[in-house]
Amino acid sequence: MKNDETKIEIRNLTMAYGSYIVMRDIAATVQRGSIFVIMGNSGSGKSTLLRHMLGLQRPAQGDVLYDGESFWGVDDEARQAQLRKYGVLFQSGALWSSMTLAENVALPLVEYTDWSAADREDVVQLKLALVGLSGFEDYYPAEISGGMRKRAGLARAMALDPEILFFDEPSAGLDPITSRNLDKLILELRDSLGTTVVVVTHELASIFMIADDSIFLDADTKKMRVQGNPRDLLKHSTDEKLRNFLTRGGAS
Amino acid sequence: MSNVSSPNLLVERPSPDTLLIKLSGDIRGQSELLSIGVVRDVMDPTTGARLLLFESAGVSAWDSRFVAFIRKCAELCRTRNVELRDEGLPEGVRRLLRLAQAVPERIDARQVFVKAPLLQKLGESAIRGWRDTLELFTFLGENLAALGNLLRGRAQFHWPDALLVMQECGPQALGIVAMINFLVGLILAFVGATELTRFGAPIYVADLVGIASVREMGCLMTGIILCGRTGAAFAAQLGTMKVNEEISAFQTFGISPVEFLVLPRMVALIVVMPFLCVFADLISIAGGLLVSISMLDVTATEYLTRTIHAIQFKSFLLGIGKGSFFGFVVAYAGCFRGMQSGYSAAAVGEATTRAVVTGITAIVASDGIFAVLCNALHI
Repeated sequence: MKNDETKIEIRNLTMAYGSYIVMRDIAATVQRGSIFVIMGNSGSGKSTLLRHMLGLQRPAQGDVLYDGESFWGVDDEARQAQLRKYGVLFQSGALWSSMTLAENVALPLVEYTDWSAADREDVVQLKLALVGLSGFEDYYPAEISGGMRKRAGLARAMALDPEILFFDEPSAGLDPITSRNLDKLILELRDSLGTTVVVVTHELASIFMIADDSIFLDADTKKMRVQGNPRDLLKHSTDEKLRNFLTRGGAS
Repeated sequence: MSNVSSPNLLVERPSPDTLLIKLSGDIRGQSELLSIGVVRDVMDPTTGARLLLFESAGVSAWDSRFVAFIRKCAELCRTRNVELRDEGLPEGVRRLLRLAQAVPERIDARQVFVKAPLLQKLGESAIRGWRDTLELFTFLGENLAALGNLLRGRAQFHWPDALLVMQECGPQALGIVAMINFLVGLILAFVGATELTRFGAPIYVADLVGIASVREMGCLMTGIILCGRTGAAFAAQLGTMKVNEEISAFQTFGISPVEFLVLPRMVALIVVMPFLCVFADLISIAGGLLVSISMLDVTATEYLTRTIHAIQFKSFLLGIGKGSFFGFVVAYAGCFRGMQSGYSAAAVGEATTRAVVTGITAIVASDGIFAVLCNALHI
């Protein structure tokens, strides 16, 4: 494993709400171009870990490194610069409800590029087409279905061609087919763009379909258990809790 | 030997250390029948019962209250060291009981409410108040920094957003502002008319209505209307955006929510309020005029001449200056409470309430301070 292949490093991260500790000493590395899954039972702190990686919540201890650069150890301005490296698809899509889909995707471009309006429009149409939403440019988020909202959120996350994409529970609230299509889309994007992908999920079908690498968070011990490819973990891991999780309780 | 009996429940004692509860018929909704007190009485330690049996072959229908009753019996048996055998219970009840016992109670899950002493409560609310004040000023700082960025042309600020807010809180508020201020003008004139007529100087109603409207009532009433109408809307909008993770989405794009969401609202209200105040002043004076020409021996020309004569330009400027400040207060309270909102529907409701309360309190309090200052400075 060459060192320059590491895209993200989570270094001894301890997460807490006030004095209540959620997880301690999480340490993991995410390889460039891989799909990394954060697994865990409901309430184990998966989404909290994501918030720490996104800069929405300050860690109680430890740091996250992007391309070897500290994220939490630097001042706000330097951190702002790092934000440009990634895009996020929130659980509910989190589209800006007062804007149309096109405006949602266009806003990051307006803020961070000096492109002409025509160029922006072309790129917005391309991004919406990539997620299968051509023709929905002028719809408001409230006018489309939950699955479409997620895809539109993905288009927005990809607006600035980020090197990393974060997904918070991509399959939550979606039917199996839509969910599978979203997984296919994630794989397709990784293969064609080389994007590093971090996914928070507890959906087994999705985990086995897309994950190259994963960590498992255990709510009871408040520790991370192991890092590895979930398919290998299922075959070789002797960790009973993890096996239980990966087999829907069938291992016990 | 039978101890206790009622239509569908019979407690028997087939042997000295055995209790048998016999149930029959439809025991749905008969809560007075399924009284744990009865079981507790017959299971008194002095009676030496060691075993509790059930017989329910005659039960035709039961509901959750019955299961809850059996669960209570089981708990009682545990504490009294009595063995409970569930063979005699209906199959469904036994399954439900097993399901309820499958996961033992999490000892630390049940929350214990300790009644805090008065002094502790006082201290806690003082700390909360202090934190709230700190947040209030932090937010003020963020806003001033954002305003600085705006003036240097570096803010993530979109004028169309500000214009849209102006449209919503300006022209669309004209109806309610007109109605309220017209009524205030009427009321002021009525109060003045009865008193001033006694002194034989009804024409001074024009002075009263004019000065009061322009200096105080116009901007005060408009500020309060805007607070209930627009301040509450701001808090609800931002609060909902927070619940929906839209604010987080802005942050992950490095777009400052203060510059992008709060600043346009702030600028819009500060710009719109003076215009609304001028409008409010005119309508209020019209209200006074209506009362004067219909009740008093005053013509419209006399009234208007007197009004123009009475109102000083500095009073007019003071009025619209205060109006602009109240606009800032309303936007500030609305946005601050909205951004402070928690992540639930109830939290958004609370944010809205607090926005209006904070806004109105701040408007009236600052108006008082303005009055004292103006008096001291002879404005």
